[in-house]
Amino acid sequence: MLVSLFITCYNDTLFPETGKAVVRVLERLGHTIEFRREQTCCGQMHWNTGYLREAIPIIRHFVNVYRDAETVVAPSSSCVSMMRDHYRKAAELAQDTKLAAEVEMLLPRVYEFTEFLVKKLGVEDVGATFAHKVTYHTSCHSQRSLHLGDIPIRLLKRVRSLELLPLENPQECCGFGGTFSIKNADVSSAMLADKVRTVLNTGAEVCTAVDNSCLMHIYGSLHRQRTFVRTAHIAEVLACTAGGDGGVH
Amino acid sequence: MHSGRRRRRALTEKRESPWSHRSFPEAAKELLADSQIRRNVRHATNVIQAKRNRVVAELEDWEQLREAGAAIRAHALEYLDNYLVQFEENCTRAGGHVHWARDAAEANGIILDLLRRHAAKEVIKIKTMTSEEIGLNRNLEAHGIHPHETDLAELIIQLGHDKPSHFVVPALHKNRQQVREIFQREMNLPDLGEKPEDLASAARAYLREKYLRIKVAISGANFLVAENGAVCIVESEGNGRMCLTLPDVLISLVGIEKVIPRHRDLEVFLQTLPRSATGERMNPYNSIWSGVHAGDGPKEFHVVLLDNGRSPILADSEARQTLQCIRCGACLNACPVYHQTGGHAYESVYPGPIGAILTPQLHQMQEGRTLPYASSLCGACYEVCPVKINIPEVLIHLRSKVVQKDQKTIAGRLGLWNMGMQAAAFLLADADRFSMAQHLGQIGQKVVVSQNGFIERLPLMLSGWTQTRDLRPLPAQSFRDWWAEREKAKKNYASHETIKRNDTKELGDAGKH
Repeated sequence: MLVSLFITCYNDTLFPETGKAVVRVLERLGHTIEFRREQTCCGQMHWNTGYLREAIPIIRHFVNVYRDAETVVAPSSSCVSMMRDHYRKAAELAQDTKLAAEVEMLLPRVYEFTEFLVKKLGVEDVGATFAHKVTYHTSCHSQRSLHLGDIPIRLLKRVRSLELLPLENPQECCGFGGTFSIKNADVSSAMLADKVRTVLNTGAEVCTAVDNSCLMHIYGSLHRQRTFVRTAHIAEVLACTAGGDGGVH
Repeated sequence: MHSGRRRRRALTEKRESPWSHRSFPEAAKELLADSQIRRNVRHATNVIQAKRNRVVAELEDWEQLREAGAAIRAHALEYLDNYLVQFEENCTRAGGHVHWARDAAEANGIILDLLRRHAAKEVIKIKTMTSEEIGLNRNLEAHGIHPHETDLAELIIQLGHDKPSHFVVPALHKNRQQVREIFQREMNLPDLGEKPEDLASAARAYLREKYLRIKVAISGANFLVAENGAVCIVESEGNGRMCLTLPDVLISLVGIEKVIPRHRDLEVFLQTLPRSATGERMNPYNSIWSGVHAGDGPKEFHVVLLDNGRSPILADSEARQTLQCIRCGACLNACPVYHQTGGHAYESVYPGPIGAILTPQLHQMQEGRTLPYASSLCGACYEVCPVKINIPEVLIHLRSKVVQKDQKTIAGRLGLWNMGMQAAAFLLADADRFSMAQHLGQIGQKVVVSQNGFIERLPLMLSGWTQTRDLRPLPAQSFRDWWAEREKAKKNYASHETIKRNDTKELGDAGKH
């Protein structure tokens, strides 16, 4: 299958390893990846901060880039949820019926990475080996918008040598929330402190998730506290094989 | 002239309000430092939420009940003008009196007039957050009338000179020891024990005397039924039943949005409300009455219908769903922000996620401007809401109103947030600009990267991040640059292979000779 990768703006800039890992996993499964260099961002930061009008050109750009793509895969549940939850409204706000129609056509072909593996490809065992203790953080958008359920857990359970340790209060937000983490830094930090305590309580070496936004937040505190627990996007865990072409750095 | 007077009266009330006008981040910062409140809030919300989850899981048709509840409430709001008039007609026919109050000042005036007509010096009250909204107690005190709260939590708040922090469990931020101290001091019971039954019997003795003596009661209402003019109140303690049956005069102050079309609609809400609010299958006391009945209950019954900023919400199609709320408080108990700060950080009688959308709208975005941002948009509130109010969606809508209002002023346009967002929008609308920004960031970040290779301090508004969190710097190569490099290498390899193949072919061809 020809898969068009939407890397997302922050993965592109801050977490290129996640993109490489997605490429590695999907190519290993025999798919062809294309990367459209015109791609930029889904518009979520502007939209969620209340800059709706400013988000519209970004949204329009995304739709233009992927209009004719067969399948779009993004390693971020929050960006995919931005599209599913808000793109229709954005087209409505822009009073652009053409955009609205294109959004309707495109959305069913856009997948979050783990959703794509399990729901579209029907794969749970991606041939990965990862000899570490891992805990899984359930990101808000993955559970409440995309309703991924246990999809990421099923993928992790099929990774050889991986010891999965359950996280307490998995449904609770880590406190990132995009610009919330800056506008309400104190509350966000208090939420993060609770989340990080549960991560440390598991005794895991790696905390993983389907969103690097949460992981960047969680790791920000883990690093500040000088712990040795690392964070890694689930694609990086799934990219690791016994041969050692690891994804986690 | 009239509106000028109203505004002046409203301003006077504002000064007396126990709520200050601090921003959410400011108020939250103070509360985060109060470990006692945080412990109490965390404990109470955990207990209620666990109970709620248990009893909700029992119902196979929970999602259908949510759907039905949302549909009924949305329909009622769509035709609110009709249903309110229908309620007025049917309530009046049953012997009740309906009054219309445009705002807090009018509602206070109506209630004061009624009390004066009966020469009341004291009133008993059932928990009503609407009366907190209009500052009724302060207004009554100012006119020499003493209100007695009869709900246990509201009594604790009143005796402790405190503010409610939750609209279902107003004293949620107090623990048992603190309640005991308040009762010891205010009821003059120095030897009072701290067992729940000790506290309950102290409150009981304190309140019984008032039920029997005081002839006027004030309540709110959970629902108004249009088709028969009925009023419905659900409660757990029986204090409500006392107030609704013993006095001669009953005055119910109700927001105009509380009306539902039919009596049978209660079937849905009497299932979803108690389960969502207190984790009970049914409330211990469900009172539904219409008008007055000779020899049974109050001889005089008044309903004061309060607008106080609700009509403009109704007019906003994006935000109208805010008024679907049945005040169960489930969103507060589920909210990770509320868990940290408790209710007082919201500086409003309506705290938590629903408060974050309701409060700024009731004040027409003049106050509570930081409340739409008091959420990580995690969606836990929407998930538990029994009438499916998409709170995150409304929060974003209100954020856009704040932004648009700011952009109307020069200071707002030149503010850091707006400038930053405009710049980001410009860069993100085009891949070449975005790529250039990445390269500039990779170079420019050197001034903020610490010796350990991480960013530990950021300037201006970004400093909020680094107060508790490090930041990984941008890696030397973006994904798009890695991909371009890989494609180039692939192409080189491919053309190299082609040359090799051609060479071999030539050699082979040569061999034929």
